[in-house]
Amino acid sequence: MRLHEYQAKEVFAEAGMPTPESVLAESTDEVLDAAESIGYPVAVKAQVHVGGRGKAGGIELAESDEEAREAADSILGMDLKGYTVERVLVEQAVDFVDELYVGVTMDRGAGEPVAMVSSEGGVDIESVAEESPEAIAREHVDPAFGMHHYQANRAVYDAGVDRAVASDVASVLTTLFDLWEDRDASEAEINPLMITGDDEVVAADAVMNIDDDALFRQPDLAEMEEAAAGDDLEAKANEYGFDYVRLDGNVGIIGNGAGLVMTTLDLVDYYGGEPANFLDIGGGAKAERVANALDMVFSDDNVDSVVFNLFGGITRGDEVARGINSAIEEFDELPKPVVVRLAGTNAEEGMEILNADALDIEQTLEGAVQRSVEQAGGAQ
Amino acid sequence: MSVLVDEDTRVVVQGITGGEGEFHAGQMMEYGTNVVAGAVPGRGGEEVHGVPVYDTVTGAAEAENADASVVLVPPAFAADAIFEALDSPVDLVVAITEGIPTQDMSRVKKRLGETDKHLVGPNCPGVITPGEAKLGILPGNIFSSGNVGLISRSGTLTYQVVDNLTDRGLGQTTAIGIGGDPIIGTDFVDALSLFEDDPATDAIVMCGEIGGSDEEEAARYIDENMDTPVAGFIAGRTAPAGKRMGHAGAIVSGSGAGTAESKIEALGDAGVPVGDTPEEVADNVEELL
Repeated sequence: MRLHEYQAKEVFAEAGMPTPESVLAESTDEVLDAAESIGYPVAVKAQVHVGGRGKAGGIELAESDEEAREAADSILGMDLKGYTVERVLVEQAVDFVDELYVGVTMDRGAGEPVAMVSSEGGVDIESVAEESPEAIAREHVDPAFGMHHYQANRAVYDAGVDRAVASDVASVLTTLFDLWEDRDASEAEINPLMITGDDEVVAADAVMNIDDDALFRQPDLAEMEEAAAGDDLEAKANEYGFDYVRLDGNVGIIGNGAGLVMTTLDLVDYYGGEPANFLDIGGGAKAERVANALDMVFSDDNVDSVVFNLFGGITRGDEVARGINSAIEEFDELPKPVVVRLAGTNAEEGMEILNADALDIEQTLEGAVQRSVEQAGGAQ
Repeated sequence: MSVLVDEDTRVVVQGITGGEGEFHAGQMMEYGTNVVAGAVPGRGGEEVHGVPVYDTVTGAAEAENADASVVLVPPAFAADAIFEALDSPVDLVVAITEGIPTQDMSRVKKRLGETDKHLVGPNCPGVITPGEAKLGILPGNIFSSGNVGLISRSGTLTYQVVDNLTDRGLGQTTAIGIGGDPIIGTDFVDALSLFEDDPATDAIVMCGEIGGSDEEEAARYIDENMDTPVAGFIAGRTAPAGKRMGHAGAIVSGSGAGTAESKIEALGDAGVPVGDTPEEVADNVEELL
């Protein structure tokens, strides 16, 4: 789960991180009120989950009421890479002399967190990592101890941070690591961390992604989660409790188990078709779950055919087949052709039970995918 | 021969009084696994499927001479259960639970490194040596005994590949589901080295997927250290960047790390044939043998 900048800044400020004064606003009038209370100049920043907001026109500086009105009018309601901007953060503009990067993430290969500092802040850190990796100082942290103070110092000095602010930057990094740990973040990042003319450090941006699997013990952060904007189908999948990812193709895919569903997508592509989605219905195959899964793919207008690939393990093929049969009874007529393929425990019994009038039954995974690709218009 | 588990493995089931724990303990016993005890705090003295339940893993392992545990407890308590098993006499811990917070697993991994024990999983179907024992939730009936070792990050994909192998009479020494989480215990390299040292394993199948760089490291290891031939499969060629494909660990990062192409290329460079379909994986195994 990704927090919005304004949410992450609330979390940061609570932990004592230096952040600029800011107010969330949803209308031009609110922007003007906020700017007046903060005092010009202000930054008006779109609150959407999109990287590179600045370049895309989602951040404007304003030095007067007139400019604030213009910024509000242009940003509120704008489309930013597919997301409509409904809220902006109005923030005291920081007069900076330098920009740094500080971040903490999980290094999955090492199995432990890594804290990072770079003197090249304010730009895309991924490209810094690629072009001049030596410009980023890294400290791996023992998860049992947490970050030692010397590690924060070492990262800061290794990154070549100006000595006048080094101690304050180390303290920001320590706070950021503690936040990352306490709030079960997968990533926490300040880019840029601004340095002012009188050697103050200020977190001008804030990125925080929270581990979905840890939300159960971060109830206040879980409450910040908003319905997935932009795609109704993904919201629906959330409601049904499916792992679902929408793609651009026209062959709908339903299966059980992440690896097998990914493989089914790959095979659709291999046989010349284009997968429309990833949908993992998980273990078992209760009629209601199957019906919900079919409802999901049928309501995707791009879908022309559906391939349903289930491997029966502990849940036997005959149980799965009964689940599918009673699920399709919920539809008067299937709006799109559905190819079913069962494998594993009692697969043969299952395929005999399946309603062959309504479904196309295939014996092999490869055969099922090829047939579904044909039904969707053939290889592209 | 086999790796990790065999007919002599004596198993404690952590969480045996829960719904999943009780069901799968029964399934494991039906398959022939030596389930000798359960461990659930506060439930010591009870019995499930005729085996005694103890309050602690150490208590169970000492009383019943157990050497392995299977963790079937909910995600919020699973890391603690793994720590407990690592602090007990058992040598092998198989963690089935999906949804353990990643930071918890980071601490577990650190502790694991300080022991000589094996952890398989979490978020995995378990380990099976066909005809001898299964520790986990794999459907035993699709496996058959033979000379192919199997390592996979995914459950149902493993079953699919096993089905294709079994269709051709290619049985398995042991199949290890290493799990779909970003941080796991036994990784590809660990599992490959176990099979390399097993005289009964004549070929190995490794099923990887997008996310992380375990497969690339495995490719390097195979190239430098292995004689046993390996056939590969990589799921997620069509996965878009930045989207978690079911498994917490199955994600191509925004910067493009962890792609299927990179893994397929690395394996290819190490001389590992990577099948385009599960059927092709079985073809490749046949050829390697």
